[in-house]
Amino acid sequence: MTSEPLWEVFVRPRRGLSHTHVGSLHAPDARLALRHARDLYTRRQEGVSIWVVPAAEITASSPDEKDSFFDPAADKIYRHPTFYELPEGVQHL
Amino acid sequence: METPDVHGADGLLGEVEEAEADLRSAASRDLEGTASFEAIVAADQKIEPRDVMPEAYRKGLIRQIAQHAHSEIIGMQPEGNWITRAPSLRRKAILLAKVQDEAGHGLYLYAAAETLGVTRDELTEALLNGRQKYSSIFNYPTLTWADMGAIGWLVDGAAIVNQVPLCRCSYGPYARAMIRVCKEESFHQRQGYQSLYVLANGSPAQRAMAQDAVDRWWYPSLAMFGPPDTESTHSAQSMEWKIKRFSNDDLRQRFVDMCVPQAEILGLTLPDPDLRWNEERGHYDFTQPDFEELMRVVKGDGPCNRQRMTHRRRAHSDGAWVREAAQAYAEKARAAKGASREEVMA
Repeated sequence: MTSEPLWEVFVRPRRGLSHTHVGSLHAPDARLALRHARDLYTRRQEGVSIWVVPAAEITASSPDEKDSFFDPAADKIYRHPTFYELPEGVQHL
Repeated sequence: METPDVHGADGLLGEVEEAEADLRSAASRDLEGTASFEAIVAADQKIEPRDVMPEAYRKGLIRQIAQHAHSEIIGMQPEGNWITRAPSLRRKAILLAKVQDEAGHGLYLYAAAETLGVTRDELTEALLNGRQKYSSIFNYPTLTWADMGAIGWLVDGAAIVNQVPLCRCSYGPYARAMIRVCKEESFHQRQGYQSLYVLANGSPAQRAMAQDAVDRWWYPSLAMFGPPDTESTHSAQSMEWKIKRFSNDDLRQRFVDMCVPQAEILGLTLPDPDLRWNEERGHYDFTQPDFEELMRVVKGDGPCNRQRMTHRRRAHSDGAWVREAAQAYAEKARAAKGASREEVMA
């Protein structure tokens, strides 16, 4: 048996929303992956647009490095507007 | 242990929505630092594919999800049997859509199993060589058109009662697949019930056919919940890891309690002379299915085991040329693309 590559499927449910990951499937090429994705993930009008991405082409961060990888953002609370106390009475800010 | 409440189809669908909402709200709760497997499960958050997990958790899930996926794929056969003989174009379109859904459910589940490190080829192979099993219910024959109604109502009904709690399973990809499956499955149950209702209110012959189908599918449906709790081997660990939420016997009771009033509305009789309301327990007393028969069918000796497997193997080998052609076409296209790129580079 020759394995067909794995594809990750992203569907845009409606105009104005971004594509969201819905699952994966196997297909020999992109065109068939798109057709399979339509049959598999949009049988009830769940989408108006589909992306298929070869799973092997995705570079993912590792859960082992979760802390060191995301920590640099943890101590920079001044990036949030709620960090700043405003003088009383100031508006439109 | 929790006792599941009695709900109708609406109640069950509501539970699926609740499970989905809880999945989102649990995801928004912050777990301190790098949480351990136990801490994540305790907080009702989801374990995701690349997380550290006990080997037995991984193996147990692969076994369970694979068996579930195989059941969806084999489950296409008993109903596929009636597509060409559906009594009207409308019923035929509905049945086609349902069987196509079963294929879809099988594929969602295979994809969920693959996130645990098993390949699709290994899963396909394990089904074809009989190493992994599928639900014993699909080894019973579909003798009349009324079986399509009885399967939708009873078999899909039992499947939903089993599957709704799995929407809360601790493994993320399985829980998400189950939410999707359950939402689609409720169409299956309703179309079956409605089809059976039409027959039950039809001519005396149609009515008799509907009753006969219920007579044949009732006990095999009860057996779908598995052996009694006293003999269930995987349950305790499964509960602790929040894969399973209710025991086999609790779910079976829940199913019986749901079906009795539904059968009354159909005007059909469930084939159990000892079925009666027990005021004290607040549940119906009923006759247990024949668990020895269940074990025989699981081991391969049901009415249709050989037929189902032969058909699946033949479908797989008959379809090989399509997969090979698509693969060859893809490789040729990739080679052509590579060649034209080299030209540009040169």
